[in-house]
Amino acid sequence: MDTQIALLLVQDGITNGAIYALTALALVLVFAVTRIIFIPMGEYVAYGALTLASLQSGGVPPTLWLLVTLAALVALLDGVAAWRRGDARSIARILGLQALMPALCAAAVYAVEADKLPQPLQLLLTLALVVPLGPLIYRLAFEPVAEASVLLLLIVAVAVHMMMLGLGLFFFGAEGSRTPAFTPGALRLGAMSVPFQALWILGVALALIIALALFFERSIYGKALRATAMNRVGARLMGIPTQMAGKLTFAMAALIGTLCGVLISPLTTVYYDTGFLVGLKGFVGAIIGALVSYPVAALGAVLVGVLESFSSFFASAFKEVIVFTLIIPVLLWRSLRARAGTEEEG
Amino acid sequence: MKRRLPLLFFAAALALGQPLLPEFWVTLLNYVGLGALVAVGLVLLTGIGGLTSFGQAAFVGIGAYASAYLTTVHHVSPWGTLIAGMAVTTAVALFLGYITLRLSGHFLPLGTIAWGISLYFLFGNLEQLGGHTGISGIPPIDLFGWELRSGRTLYYVIWIVLLAAIVASENMLDSRDGRAMRSLRSPVMSKAMGIDTTWYRAVIFMIAAQLACVSGWLYAHLQRFVNPTPFSLGQGIDYLFMAVVGGIGSVWGAVFGAGIVILLQHWLQDWVPALVGKTANLEAVAFGLIMVLVLHRAREGFWPLLQRLAPKSSARRRIEPAEPLPRRPLPSAGSVVLEVENVTKRFGGLLANHAMNLSVRAGEVLALIGPNGAGKSTLFNCISGIDPPSQGQIRFLGQRVEGLDPPAIARLGLSRTFQHVRLNAAMSVLENVAIGAHLRGRKNFLQSAWRLDRDEERRLLAEAAHQVARHGLAEQMFVPAGSLPLGTQRIVEIARALASDPSLLLLDEPAAGLRHREKQALAQLLAQLRAEGLAILLVEHDVEFVMGLADRVVVMDFGELLAEGLPEQIQADPAVLEAYLGAAQ
Repeated sequence: MDTQIALLLVQDGITNGAIYALTALALVLVFAVTRIIFIPMGEYVAYGALTLASLQSGGVPPTLWLLVTLAALVALLDGVAAWRRGDARSIARILGLQALMPALCAAAVYAVEADKLPQPLQLLLTLALVVPLGPLIYRLAFEPVAEASVLLLLIVAVAVHMMMLGLGLFFFGAEGSRTPAFTPGALRLGAMSVPFQALWILGVALALIIALALFFERSIYGKALRATAMNRVGARLMGIPTQMAGKLTFAMAALIGTLCGVLISPLTTVYYDTGFLVGLKGFVGAIIGALVSYPVAALGAVLVGVLESFSSFFASAFKEVIVFTLIIPVLLWRSLRARAGTEEEG
Repeated sequence: MKRRLPLLFFAAALALGQPLLPEFWVTLLNYVGLGALVAVGLVLLTGIGGLTSFGQAAFVGIGAYASAYLTTVHHVSPWGTLIAGMAVTTAVALFLGYITLRLSGHFLPLGTIAWGISLYFLFGNLEQLGGHTGISGIPPIDLFGWELRSGRTLYYVIWIVLLAAIVASENMLDSRDGRAMRSLRSPVMSKAMGIDTTWYRAVIFMIAAQLACVSGWLYAHLQRFVNPTPFSLGQGIDYLFMAVVGGIGSVWGAVFGAGIVILLQHWLQDWVPALVGKTANLEAVAFGLIMVLVLHRAREGFWPLLQRLAPKSSARRRIEPAEPLPRRPLPSAGSVVLEVENVTKRFGGLLANHAMNLSVRAGEVLALIGPNGAGKSTLFNCISGIDPPSQGQIRFLGQRVEGLDPPAIARLGLSRTFQHVRLNAAMSVLENVAIGAHLRGRKNFLQSAWRLDRDEERRLLAEAAHQVARHGLAEQMFVPAGSLPLGTQRIVEIARALASDPSLLLLDEPAAGLRHREKQALAQLLAQLRAEGLAILLVEHDVEFVMGLADRVVVMDFGELLAEGLPEQIQADPAVLEAYLGAAQ
């Protein structure tokens, strides 16, 4: 192996690592606020990439139908609940929100020829189609059991993952898709050439990390989420609606997942099940960060990316074994530092 | 025996029904049995111990591959490979357990996902194990010259193994070690009662792994062929579904859950493609949807719902007379039992205790009082080893204990109660108190699984019943501890602490939440214990209670010793009055 290959592998690793870092951030965020180990994270990655590809090929992305169905279900459930309370204003608001949002998306998909749109608009449309799935799924699958044990939430998360994965295959088929780069070409740095798309990934990852930090430090919603993460009951007593916190968190996780999807699809072919392994590698990063520290989780994810690209060069058959075995020394290190199980089960 | 009647009926139905069943049902029941065997392990691991694992399929894989490889390549007999498989499982489980079990609950599931994937890819990529094609031509199990070739004959083996595992697990849970395992979810209390939580976590992790390994071994000889697919993460997830849907709190839930999940998956595979008319993988979507709906409606799984339908068996058990447990010799009255010298405890920049001194003698009640936040509970945690002091010495019966862990200190004869009651709410009062007697028994889980512990168990329960009755709770002996009023729960904690036969008793606000009469009864009981030679250190806010009972009083304020003396002296001490009431103008 010469320096050039090494540099190439490092570059590849950092690019993938940035994606894993983003998923790791979303996972830490979701866990901290809702106690849900968010197994379906990867599905948002796949849905994002494949919805964009479907728009670009001039079709109607099937994600639209999922969005319409879920919104109708939520409108029905919330509407009935509001009607029982005799709360007419809420009914109007619920129906307005849950009907308007998918209707606008549908109108946009049908009114314009999405394949002829400029790329930034296609990306926006993709986000509008996929991101609302986050809060909708939180409302339908998780909110009714929001107070249940971590184990039950985890099992529900796994069931949601199975559903989204199955629907992904049904919607997009078994073939993968690739989308054109945001900016074609590559930056030449001496002997190395870095694709512009890789720079996009790094740039978006950094921007998102900074935006999240600002959001949590500065905005009232960010502070509300932090309060919910620290103490649910206390946050509720202070007047923070914790359901809102759950939905907001899922919207942010879905946004991060969708962005990851559209960012990687120019570099690699995305299949309906690609997201799962991406999400799991994010998990490895998140474990390194102990599900509590955002910067350490991000660094861990970059480490996973670099290790993956080197092991796929040296022993590609054992790539996954090596990446997932990385968790063992990390856990070992953490367990030697941890004071033996003094935590009470929450 | 009467308790086992439903089990005997179930076993008889399985045995007699087999010849009547069509081949299809026999096959299905075989898979239910194999799944349930793994799920029983998960009930122990997850439902009892609170440790979630997605990686059980990997242990199934180890059992299956060990047998497949050794029988086909080295021509070892299947019985030899069973032992080999269990040995490999032991090694792997020890290693994985060592690195994951000491972590808090949420790392274990993530860690198990990771090694579940790793081992799956390893099975698929090792040439010696046949790669993704797998290994075929595995010989059948040979039982005294009789080859178990058909699914119909293996049916008996699978279900006998499963029922034996269930009976053994139930026996084990209903014993001293079982109570310790059922307390793993509150480690602080467990440790204070002398339970080595790390050991018990390791034990149930190992049991779950071995059950999975045996399931894999049976699977390999049922299929006579293995490839990596059945040992993937997806299958590991299915096992967890079985345990959770069936009811993670009961071993029978595992059998029921395995039945539901396997039948449901089977029917969905038949029906969904027929209905939708597509080859898409929509049965997984339907399965996931049904699972979400089920879990929304029945968070505890199906088994508790079924149990509610069954006639209520009286939970009341007869307490059989038994020879009393041996008691430890109490130190002679007046000798120093506990000495706290210059103990300082820092939490970051906060000085919770600063150079605290006190001593407690045998046959004495020492009251520790002080305003809220004075550091009294922190000092209790230092003494009982839950949060060791930053500086200073603590001597218990002449031995330095400040570096010891809580179980070691408990073993020396220290027991305690907690300011925030820590009882196992679902367990009966009697069983909660029996946890206190943990260190007075020796029999382990292997003995209790086969009921070789009954003699000792009778003695432990008799001791617990004695303590319960002594505290005036004989009527409530068999009700769940969580159903009692808070004040009474505190009394249960005292009974539990006394069941350990301590030389020193630490009571953290024992009278809080008690009515006047109950307080009087408690004071009487404590006075009696004092007369028997016990040393008692208590934190209490009820001044009347303290002044009437205590021999000496120590006052703390801002983590420091403020005053020490006889109750009358303390009541007249100006510094104490100032701390409690503010400075007099």
